[in-house]
Amino acid sequence: MTAVWVSIGVVAVINFAIKASGPVLLGGRELPDELLRIIALLAPAILTALVVVGTFSDDNGLKTDEQTVGVAVAGVGMAARMPMLPATALGTVTAAVLRLID
Amino acid sequence: MAAIIAAVLVNARFAPLSVALASAVKGGRIRRAFEAQLNVDASWAVANRAEGPFDRELMIGSTLPQLVAWVGGTIVGVFAGDAIGDPDRFGLDVIFPAFFLGLLIEELRRGRAQVEAAAMACVVAVALIPFTPPGIPIIASCLGALVGLRR
Repeated sequence: MTAVWVSIGVVAVINFAIKASGPVLLGGRELPDELLRIIALLAPAILTALVVVGTFSDDNGLKTDEQTVGVAVAGVGMAARMPMLPATALGTVTAAVLRLID
Repeated sequence: MAAIIAAVLVNARFAPLSVALASAVKGGRIRRAFEAQLNVDASWAVANRAEGPFDRELMIGSTLPQLVAWVGGTIVGVFAGDAIGDPDRFGLDVIFPAFFLGLLIEELRRGRAQVEAAAMACVVAVALIPFTPPGIPIIASCLGALVGLRR
């Protein structure tokens, strides 16, 4: 039990440092143009990774399942200008129904 | 020890994420360090997508309700989780990726550089998922943003 709490404490401290790193090290100064251009493209890069990892991976590596289909349905909806909430609801229901059938 | 490393790897993505809010958070180093703790994926994505500088108020404003729901939901889950069973049954695991996908689609509409960065990130993430511990594919996919150096 103690070991668990020590581990949690260590992770919390390291995470605090990770999250603080950018603002503490780079805050309050002008950033070079190249860095700003990279930062602007961090959004599409990381969002892509969050989608890919969240949709196509599990503990064993790459996977596709009902959830993958659900996310794809939501994505097609949003690409066709459907608002985010109804599109996400449609994807969620899709995955739930597929699992019900299975 | 292995658990600590795994947890830190999963959270390492906040290093590049935190660079984006470097000049947006306020105050001296201490205050900046604490404001930066309010950075979570969804808030970062929402506050970062608008044209112009990173929106500090939007990040904080979207983190606070998440904080309440996250902690509250965890407490409910600890005590009543067994009654609900597997939440994936309701397709709830679709919500987070779909949310990020929605923000991504908006990004992709903004220009060619965004599409290139996303394509590179996708290749890197898919290539690494089978071979690396969780967290690594997300950090490595930041390499996609380096296409910003071209031109």
